[in-house]
Amino acid sequence: MQHEPSTTAPVTIPTQRAAGCPFDPPAGLAEVRERDPLARMTYPDGHVGWLATGYAVVRTILADPRFSSRYELMHYPFPGGPEGPIPPAPVGDMTGMDAPEHTRFRRLLAGRFTVRRMRRLTDRVQEITADCLDALERGGPGTDLVEAFARPIPALMICELLGVPYADRERFQSHAHTLMSMDAAPEDRYAAMTGLQEYMAELVAAKRAEPSDEEPSGEGPSTDLLGELARDSDLTDEELVGVGGFLLAAGLDTTANMIAHGTFALLSHPAQAEALRGAQDLAPEAVEELMRYLTIAHTGIKSALEDVELEGRLIRAGESVTLSFEAANRDPERFPDPDSLDLGRRATGHLGFGHGIHQCLGQQLARVELTVALPALFERFPTLRLAVPAEEVPLRTNMNIYGVHRLPVTWDEG
Amino acid sequence: MELHADRTRCIGAGMCALTAPAVFDQDEEEGLVVLLAAHPPQDSHPAVRLAVGGCPAAALALTE
Repeated sequence: MQHEPSTTAPVTIPTQRAAGCPFDPPAGLAEVRERDPLARMTYPDGHVGWLATGYAVVRTILADPRFSSRYELMHYPFPGGPEGPIPPAPVGDMTGMDAPEHTRFRRLLAGRFTVRRMRRLTDRVQEITADCLDALERGGPGTDLVEAFARPIPALMICELLGVPYADRERFQSHAHTLMSMDAAPEDRYAAMTGLQEYMAELVAAKRAEPSDEEPSGEGPSTDLLGELARDSDLTDEELVGVGGFLLAAGLDTTANMIAHGTFALLSHPAQAEALRGAQDLAPEAVEELMRYLTIAHTGIKSALEDVELEGRLIRAGESVTLSFEAANRDPERFPDPDSLDLGRRATGHLGFGHGIHQCLGQQLARVELTVALPALFERFPTLRLAVPAEEVPLRTNMNIYGVHRLPVTWDEG
Repeated sequence: MELHADRTRCIGAGMCALTAPAVFDQDEEEGLVVLLAAHPPQDSHPAVRLAVGGCPAAALALTE
């Protein structure tokens, strides 16, 4: 299908989700995509750049090294964001780096998150999931599923993998939350960053003082990745603190939202939940489809390092392109009937974990966690349902990672 | 079908090992792609094509 280059005025990014549609992207995105999958866009700071909403163009840009991920080059697409120039990524924040800096960190870490290593965590994920299901049951009908189930599973797993004491979570969980908030005041963001760094600096100092006795290689998953990096890598203290904070924050707030929002979606699509309950081997495909359908990491931003011609358009050096992963994953040219949740579809190729060199480092861990946790929840509580009307579930519309703030659930006891 | 893997481009995301585990693996040190079969058997071809097309870093190529 040919798209006529836009002759209309630049758009601004649609952010309003339609009432009663908690699983759908902001309504205006589909309209923009239909009209022009690579549209000119006015940014809140006045910059005129681009908004990419079509699957093909979003994927192409993600894979093109002529587009940079460096924060200091980007213009922020959402209203209420930082005023003035955006500072460069803090040391160790891999999402804000280009190659070759990015390559150095990725090479150090990718071997610790392989498909095989993460699958070896399955038993441990099952144990933790069983404990959390017990906690949910003890809490009784009305318990918040986010607090009792969705958050602790990935939090425990990332802590165990990194060698971060889970008991310390009061010291980092709220900071990580603030850093993921799109409308946090700059001073709050700064305080959160500092707090997280202080915590990690203490931890790194302790690891340096008492070197890990963890075997450096072997086939098993790490149980003290930060300790291993402190002992075996060439990372400086500052880099280790930075990358530790980055990994911890990335592990805390992502899968937790997929578990909670995935549960909300399944509760709102009972036939799909039933299909999952009836066939455990559907779980891997179901997880891919939920990743596509929900696309909780909804938006990415890149900036052109040089003039780039794409789809007959010229993106000039210095212009920012906002990539709407949620719109791309609902593109009917790539996924037939895209607005239906269909756990049986092959959603392979979705952009829920991104694409290109920054594709999610922890995706294989997330897959194991989701593949275990979601079916186990519906097995254990066959009558699981919302404890409040769906429209009262508070949505994370103000967060970099979408989902729900709380999900009160209930079930038939006995 | 002949497969090529460029380990200098690979980022160790594991998409190939997930999609076609009989043909692709990851090394334990850096997580980079390891080809288990440069000439994969016929019955693996659909999965191999999916893996090649899905590689996030364009590190895989095939000639048929």
